[in-house]
Amino acid sequence: MDKVMVEPVLQISNLVKNFGALRATDGVTLDLRPGEIHALIGPNGAGKSTLIHQICGTLRQDSGSIRFAGQDVGALTVAERARLGLGRTFQVSSIAPEFSALRNVMLAVQAKEGSSFRFFKPVMRDKSLIDTAMAMLERVGLTARARVPAAELSHGERRQLEIAMALALRSRTFLLDEPMAGMGPEGSKSLTRFLDGLRREAPILLVEHDMDAVFALADRISVLVYGRIIATGPVEEIRRDPAVRTAYLGDHA
Amino acid sequence: MLTRENLVNLILALGLLAVPLAANALGQPFYITLATRVAILALAATGLNLALGVGGLVSFGHAAFFGIGGYVAGIVAAHNFSGDPLLFGFSGTNQMWIIWIVAVALAGLVGLAIGVISLRTSGVYFIMITLAFAQMVYYFAVSWPAYGGEDGLSILVRNQFPGVMTMVPLNYFLICYIILLLGIALFAILRASRFGAALQAARQNEVRVATVGIQPYRIRLTGFVLSAMITGLAGALFADLNRFVSPSMLSWHMSGELIVLIILGGTGRLFGPLAGAALYVAFEYALGGVTERWQFFLGLILLLVVLFARGGLLGVLAGKARHG
Amino acid sequence: MTIALALEQLLNGLQLGVMLFLMAAGLTLIFGVMGLINLAHGSLYMVGAFACATVAAWTGSFWIGLVASLVAAAAAGAIVELVVIRRLYDRDHLDQVLATFALILMFSEGTRWLFGSFPLYLDIPPLLQGAVGLPGGTEYPVYRLAIIAAGALVAFGLYMLISRTRLGMRIRAGESDREMIGALGVDIRTLYTVVFALGAALAGFAGAMVGAIQSVQVGMGEPVLILAFVVIVIGGIGSIKGALLGALLVGVTDTMGRFLLPKLMLLFVPPAQAGMIGGAIASMLIYIVMAVILAVKPRGLFPPAHA
Repeated sequence: MDKVMVEPVLQISNLVKNFGALRATDGVTLDLRPGEIHALIGPNGAGKSTLIHQICGTLRQDSGSIRFAGQDVGALTVAERARLGLGRTFQVSSIAPEFSALRNVMLAVQAKEGSSFRFFKPVMRDKSLIDTAMAMLERVGLTARARVPAAELSHGERRQLEIAMALALRSRTFLLDEPMAGMGPEGSKSLTRFLDGLRREAPILLVEHDMDAVFALADRISVLVYGRIIATGPVEEIRRDPAVRTAYLGDHA
Repeated sequence: MLTRENLVNLILALGLLAVPLAANALGQPFYITLATRVAILALAATGLNLALGVGGLVSFGHAAFFGIGGYVAGIVAAHNFSGDPLLFGFSGTNQMWIIWIVAVALAGLVGLAIGVISLRTSGVYFIMITLAFAQMVYYFAVSWPAYGGEDGLSILVRNQFPGVMTMVPLNYFLICYIILLLGIALFAILRASRFGAALQAARQNEVRVATVGIQPYRIRLTGFVLSAMITGLAGALFADLNRFVSPSMLSWHMSGELIVLIILGGTGRLFGPLAGAALYVAFEYALGGVTERWQFFLGLILLLVVLFARGGLLGVLAGKARHG
Repeated sequence: MTIALALEQLLNGLQLGVMLFLMAAGLTLIFGVMGLINLAHGSLYMVGAFACATVAAWTGSFWIGLVASLVAAAAAGAIVELVVIRRLYDRDHLDQVLATFALILMFSEGTRWLFGSFPLYLDIPPLLQGAVGLPGGTEYPVYRLAIIAAGALVAFGLYMLISRTRLGMRIRAGESDREMIGALGVDIRTLYTVVFALGAALAGFAGAMVGAIQSVQVGMGEPVLILAFVVIVIGGIGSIKGALLGALLVGVTDTMGRFLLPKLMLLFVPPAQAGMIGGAIASMLIYIVMAVILAVKPRGLFPPAHA
């Protein structure tokens, strides 16, 4: 039998973050392996957002390390981590509201292609930018809405747009912060199908409250409570874990 | 494509050309000077519009770049006149194009120095810090007696441009007009480019820009420096128009006025600065003729525009701004 | 001799710092509570000075003038808040800058309309005329010492107001959480008007006191306003403590720089140029200090925790 050591794409070790007396992240160790969807769940206030901020680089950890794509990224800026292939979506959609959906994705394409320090060629006549961006919009099903200002898109469409931007970055990892939030049942279902396929492209760290989606999608689940990971394992194991049931799933399961 | 906005822009550009031509035919050189003033202020505000309108960087210190451009013209001309060496054996020139290059370069350098520090901050801090740095330049000019200090510096003879009699008002207007159109064209090109896309996106959503892997700071710094350079060029033209440069070009009122021009015209609009400058100079002239207290009414009008008509003149004439 | 001169300059620096604090406290309070940047704060300073000079001329009493300056500036502040400023709280900073810039134009031109272009003069009250001896033999005007004392008193009063009173509690609540204060049942619109008027009164008070040592004229508030901006940027916008320390730092640095730098330059360049170079550097010194501080701490020395 082949003994291929699968090296994780993202490896977080002993991460600690304090806000004054509050320890918001308390020695978190977590990894994300190629091809998987790893769901991060936990009650409100467990420190999920703080953890995500540290992974993306908007917050700096107090101690511990974050390795991504084979290098220590703990000291890099948000933009530098993004260029290494860390794609993310936000709990509250983050888009350039005045730009059309197309121009939002074009921004990601231009960032991926390299320099934003090109001063002369108009972007709207840059066929390679437009074509690549349109292809991404098509994948998330937004082709018909390409020319609509992002501010006028519906909630669900903005989620799709964010995913299109992450796709355009050809991210090696997707970090999705509550993608199902605010989606109707129909939207949740189609997004679930989409994410199911997406994992073949790059692994997903999925922060989500929608347990149906989590149980349907996740290969592994980690449970974060008071800044600590109290359990990590396959779906069935987590469902059965007594500590998880008391701490979190009690009212869901 | 002849949209309503393009039509309004065309009318503005042709209107600015028509006024001095008519004034020249009627022997009214005063209106040529007025139109030249509009062109130069519009150019200065176009520079600021790149930072403020496109990049969302509310610089309250662009008078520094305007004044630096002006002082370059004044100082270089003064040395040329007196023959005293200025730097490295260079004893000045009266050639406008050399002055323009020096003015643009120096404004860009100072813009870089101010931007490097100011852009580490944002919001109110940025506004106040740009204001403070401009004041620093202002007080330097006031307290440095070699070039006139508080009294300013006269340019005895307007600087030269090869093949053009610059002292003829219409000729000088045409020089300024052409540079204005080039400046507006440059603004349009920059705004439509990848750089412009990143700069606009950084205004709309900084986090989003960083998340796709673009450093907002570098984009903004570049935008700020380019903006300073354009405004610096306008300053050099302004000094040659008045044949005089003084610390008032560096004062915070000047910074405020440049912002006012943009807002009166329509923030971020290609021809907003021109519309604003035309409106402003017209106010100044029309109100100034009626009452000594025209600044009071200017304040009142500005207040009403800010509170109730946020799109500016172009917002009224050409509808809402559109982004591709 | 030189020591005495230095002491005199130090006191001058302190006096400038105290004045700047009165301006900066209002600015930073208004920003901290309402999130508003107010360029017209210098106009309220001017209103205070004109009110004091006018009323003192009518009544012959500086003290009545001083009270009038507080009343006039607070009233002007309240009116401006009710008519204009409260429409700006939800606007972006650009709109706030422009609208308050417009107010400056109106205040300045309006004052010129009412009082003409000539400066008014305000005499130092008899009680505070004269000078006291400083160690080393020079004399120092009593009035300037009185300004320092008054400023210190106001600083203390402000501290007590904010830390000990119901109004202060509401202000602090407003700074940390605007929604919470609504939930507390505080009438937020009234609170904002009161805070704005309070800031205006402080500015007017500063204007009146300075009016007796400088001439009272249109535009007098603008240099002070910009220095006050430097102060609150250095101190951290929204922080009263930062405003106090920033004001003293700026006041003393500016005054001592103008005093010492030309002398320092004598060590490096011929006397003819020393004054010029030293003076030019001194005029930029506080901005250089500001730049250095911001390069290390972009949000100032005491950034408010919640911002």
